[in-house]
Amino acid sequence: MRAVHHLTLPRVLHPGAWWLWALGLAVAASRTRNPVLLVLILAVAGFVVAARRSDAPWANSYVAFLKLGLVVIGLRILLQALLSTRSQGNTVLFTLPQLPLPDWANGVKLGGEVTAEAVLTALYDGGQLAVMLCCIGAANALASPRRLLKSLPGALYEMGVACVVALTFAPQLVVDARRIRGARRLRGRTRGSFRTTAMPVLEGALDRSVELAAAMDSRGYGRTAQVPRRQRRITGGSVLLGLLGIALGVYSLLTDAMAFPVAAAALAIGLLLAVGAMAYGRQRVTRTRYRPDPWALPEWLVTAAGAAAAATMIVASARGMNGLVLAGPLVIPPVPVVPVIGLLIGIAPAFAAPPLTRRAELVPA
Amino acid sequence: MIEFDRVTVTYAGAKEPAIRDVSFTVPEGELALVIGRTGSGKSTLLRTINGLVPHFTGGTLAGRVLVNGRDTREYRPRDLADVVGIVGQDPMAGFVTDTVEDELAYSMESLGVAPDVMRRRVEETLDLLGLADVRDRALTSLSGGQRQRTAIGAALTSHPAVLVLDEPTSALDPQAAEEVLAALQRLVHDLGVTVVMAEHRLERVIQYADRVIEVPGGSTAVTTGLPVDLMVSAPVAPPVVELGRLAGWSPLPLSVRDARRAAVALRGQLADHAPLRPVPVEGRELAKCNDLVVAYGNITALRGVSLSIKAGEIVALMGRNGAGKSTLLNALVGLVTPRSGTASAAGADPRRTRPKQLVKSVGLVPQEPADLLYAATVAAECAGADSDFGVPAGSCQALLERLAPDIDHQQHPRDLSEGQRLCLALAVVLCGAPPLLLLDEPTRGLDYGAKRRLVEILRELAAAGHAVVLSTHDVEMVAEVATRVLVLADGELVSDGETATVIAGSPAFAPQVAKILAPLPFLTVGEVATALDRAS
Repeated sequence: MRAVHHLTLPRVLHPGAWWLWALGLAVAASRTRNPVLLVLILAVAGFVVAARRSDAPWANSYVAFLKLGLVVIGLRILLQALLSTRSQGNTVLFTLPQLPLPDWANGVKLGGEVTAEAVLTALYDGGQLAVMLCCIGAANALASPRRLLKSLPGALYEMGVACVVALTFAPQLVVDARRIRGARRLRGRTRGSFRTTAMPVLEGALDRSVELAAAMDSRGYGRTAQVPRRQRRITGGSVLLGLLGIALGVYSLLTDAMAFPVAAAALAIGLLLAVGAMAYGRQRVTRTRYRPDPWALPEWLVTAAGAAAAATMIVASARGMNGLVLAGPLVIPPVPVVPVIGLLIGIAPAFAAPPLTRRAELVPA
Repeated sequence: MIEFDRVTVTYAGAKEPAIRDVSFTVPEGELALVIGRTGSGKSTLLRTINGLVPHFTGGTLAGRVLVNGRDTREYRPRDLADVVGIVGQDPMAGFVTDTVEDELAYSMESLGVAPDVMRRRVEETLDLLGLADVRDRALTSLSGGQRQRTAIGAALTSHPAVLVLDEPTSALDPQAAEEVLAALQRLVHDLGVTVVMAEHRLERVIQYADRVIEVPGGSTAVTTGLPVDLMVSAPVAPPVVELGRLAGWSPLPLSVRDARRAAVALRGQLADHAPLRPVPVEGRELAKCNDLVVAYGNITALRGVSLSIKAGEIVALMGRNGAGKSTLLNALVGLVTPRSGTASAAGADPRRTRPKQLVKSVGLVPQEPADLLYAATVAAECAGADSDFGVPAGSCQALLERLAPDIDHQQHPRDLSEGQRLCLALAVVLCGAPPLLLLDEPTRGLDYGAKRRLVEILRELAAAGHAVVLSTHDVEMVAEVATRVLVLADGELVSDGETATVIAGSPAFAPQVAKILAPLPFLTVGEVATALDRAS
């Protein structure tokens, strides 16, 4: 067996595999509002993150997304409490002072009675969104965004470079802004204006961009094979159209905005266009890639784990299995066995993904 | 290898050409050193070699530049990437990726080098430049010397025949500069790479040069020659050369080692004449730190620093990059909050003083002088400073006139040369006439002439009762101007004393004259000259 197929040999997993796994979990979360299943997904993602995250700066993003999720839930509950009517149920928890609204706002109510049903519905709805956010957070924590950009197909290389440069520049801008705000003190000024804060930061950024562009030019960036301009335009257009199709398809599959066959067709056509155009566009790329991330057995297993979790939930929901959607807000959530088992497969990457390479100096000789 | 044939470069909209009628050749495997004042066109000359001028910058190039037989008129920089590797002034600004290994591979990826060849060359380069220990580190976490070596490595992996470097050591501490120069030496000697390098710090590099290209700027012609020949009459020269001229040594030594061998007689002559050092007038206490601790997150920048600085002193703050020099200066103006301990400037706590009053007691010229400058022209900047500091109109202008008389007042501050920009920032800060003046690395990018003027200004200020603190890596400047030296290491104050006692004994910080004349306590050529006068 080749070294890349080993599950225990330390190396960095392909970032694409992490994203596919996390998207699988997110799709699974989109199929249920059962809090038991949602919490299970959260736990699965959290467990894998804890087991396989690095010490890189982005590795804390799971916690950041978790906090964002809590904010989402909180906002949702607050709005529901303020705006809800008795349409969801009659169990009144408490009564807020009600704001009298003018006639034209008929049907809208601000304050008043808050029912347990309304609050719980908001909690579950918000919870679903929060869990999906956390899945994205898990992908962010596990996969280096730069490595992901590096493994973009050759035809998208320029776009990838632009993103990498932006990723470097954004933190630099923050540092600059802080430094320049400090320098204002040295001029005896307390308040800043556009002229004294934004201008120096922008000027600095512009200088740096020019410098970087010169460096990239002198290092061979943009050496391409000669391809007619028309062909280049067609390729570019098809890639864009394809991506649009994929986005549309995924969105409607997740939200039921379109009928299933239409959404699936959009996704398929989009994929076909994008992949075709990219394969065609490779012709003009003369670059090679240094130590590309391999796609081997661990990557397949991680992707499969995410796909299995998603597939179980999609099939279960298509068949109308009990327990995915609650009968009413106040019932005790059931524990459906098959979806739970499906979701538990999602925990596989904690064991299937190779451990990370530790820095040499941390390992005892 | 490189051939310039009557090259004149004129930028778009400029009245005068940036470089005029330059002709020279650099044969294969030589190390050519480009010298000249700031703003004389050194960078333009370097960027002409790989075609950045005029392909990237615009402008017109007359004449012909041939590199390895390729004419830069027909080849764009990207098409010369396999022949010329270029390293800019600030290595950080030229980095495209985020880790050392990826950065080393970047040019090769662009050139389409086969993956197995790439892998091998990256490993070779890591060993050649001593970067193997940091191969997977983020570029932002590297020290200055490591960054510079990474930038050199990144230019080298595509195996260019020519390596072009713009001031590779001017931002580095002496130890890091040694690392970089040792690496360059290796390239020239072992791999036969042709190196063209611009550098102000002649004392560091002149001994390694095979050929010197002098760019005087203006309409004077560019001259090339052997270092020894050019140094006999060059207006800018490192202390070792000036000492050689003073003592009349021939041939002129360029390295400390050669000078030491020639200096036996001089040492005997000077043995009974210790240099006269003015006793600094000690006035009231202007800066005081007591057990100062500053931390950023979990990194401790200063751990328990106590010091006291009095009026009339010029204090040099030395130490490695990242030793805490800038943090100490920032603490004295209240830009950072101490975790514990106190810092006071001119009797006031800078954190609790309103900026308007603070600038009357302490002024700081930051590492990037441009941070202090907001206006679109020099004249507007001066007017702004007058109103900021509440001084009569024209004060700043008058100060600037003294510091840098040749500045065009209608220019944008960002278009000024590094030295001129520093003078402008200095004039702005001095407007408030703060008794305590702090300068963060003021000598970066300054040529000898500008440094000499800065030394005069600082001496005048000290004589007028100001206290000056400057952080710097420039040992020659310290020897020239400082009355006291503080050395910081890892956030702690490791030595504090008179300049002569602190720097003369240290292998890293000793100026050239001290090394040549050791064990005699001389630090500068000026001291030697006066001692010789008294002896005769």
